Amino acid sequence: MRNNGILRILARFLIPLILLVGLYIQFHGEYSPGGGFQAGLVFSAGWILFVLIYGLERGLRAIPLKVMYALSAAGVLIYALTGLVGVLLGGRFLEFSDLLTNPQSAQQAGIIIVEFGVGLTVATVAMLLFTLFARRRRQWDDALSDEDDPT
Amino acid sequence: MVAVAVVRVRDLFAAAMLFAIYSLLSAGLFTVLDAGDVALTEAAVGAGLSTILVLAVLTLARRHEHPTGGHNWLALAVVLVTGAMLGYAAMDLPEFGAPDNPAQLHVGAHYVANTGPDMGIPNMVAAVLASYRSIDTMGEAFVIFAAALAVFSLLSVRPHRDLPGVRRRRPISRRRWRKSSTDRKSS
Repeated sequence: MRNNGILRILARFLIPLILLVGLYIQFHGEYSPGGGFQAGLVFSAGWILFVLIYGLERGLRAIPLKVMYALSAAGVLIYALTGLVGVLLGGRFLEFSDLLTNPQSAQQAGIIIVEFGVGLTVATVAMLLFTLFARRRRQWDDALSDEDDPT
Repeated sequence: MVAVAVVRVRDLFAAAMLFAIYSLLSAGLFTVLDAGDVALTEAAVGAGLSTILVLAVLTLARRHEHPTGGHNWLALAVVLVTGAMLGYAAMDLPEFGAPDNPAQLHVGAHYVANTGPDMGIPNMVAAVLASYRSIDTMGEAFVIFAAALAVFSLLSVRPHRDLPGVRRRRPISRRRWRKSSTDRKSS
């Protein structure tokens, strides 16, 4: 697909747009439909489109596999630690009202932080699943072609 | 009609595409019902990600379903009876959007009344998901993370059977597999 001009031009136009829409869904989630889950998926869809057009190597150069592992765990950790911070400040687990002095803005801050954690996890997990499946076929082909060689 | 086509078609690639269309149609249905968040999720998950994952899996499997002979009458009977019962039960459902629906009477009213004063944000779905039912959402995030771990551990195992269409005498040896996976990691 790398040599198809129409796809390349379209992707060059679409990928930034998709990533931007993902971020918009993420950070505008309290005002319009959306949230971390959908935003993560849309964001990862942009990356997957990049991989489909430009190949897995270049996609992994943009976001290496190790970074994906780390970020997918970090997203869940952000969520849980936000809950624990609330406990340390004297509230209950995942009760955001004590994070800031004004309970309303504290709630908003808490929602934004945990939604960011969800978005991070979902985006990286979606990329990870796609990479693992795509790489599996490649590994298989490599192992087979290696075995065909007498060396 | 699309659902029938998904079941009938034997080409798995076409089935995956039809299933994406089915998801997109459901997303449109949710939009008509004013459920923007659900519609967005359905479009992103059903039509987007799951289709891509199915296509990725299809690179590892045959393109066509194995033809199976005969009909499974028991399965047809179970589906028909369940469908008839669901249809019968649906006649007892309250009218869509009626103010005295059970859905409108319990905790929903509390959320609708308190989201504004508590948080000052207009999207009540976000408020319920991230704040009122925060622990549920955390569990969800952990489930997604666990799914990634499960797929990683399953796909790290050396295959014991051949790719479809490849005829070889023995499975890939351990040394070859390890070599090919480490090559991939370094590049």
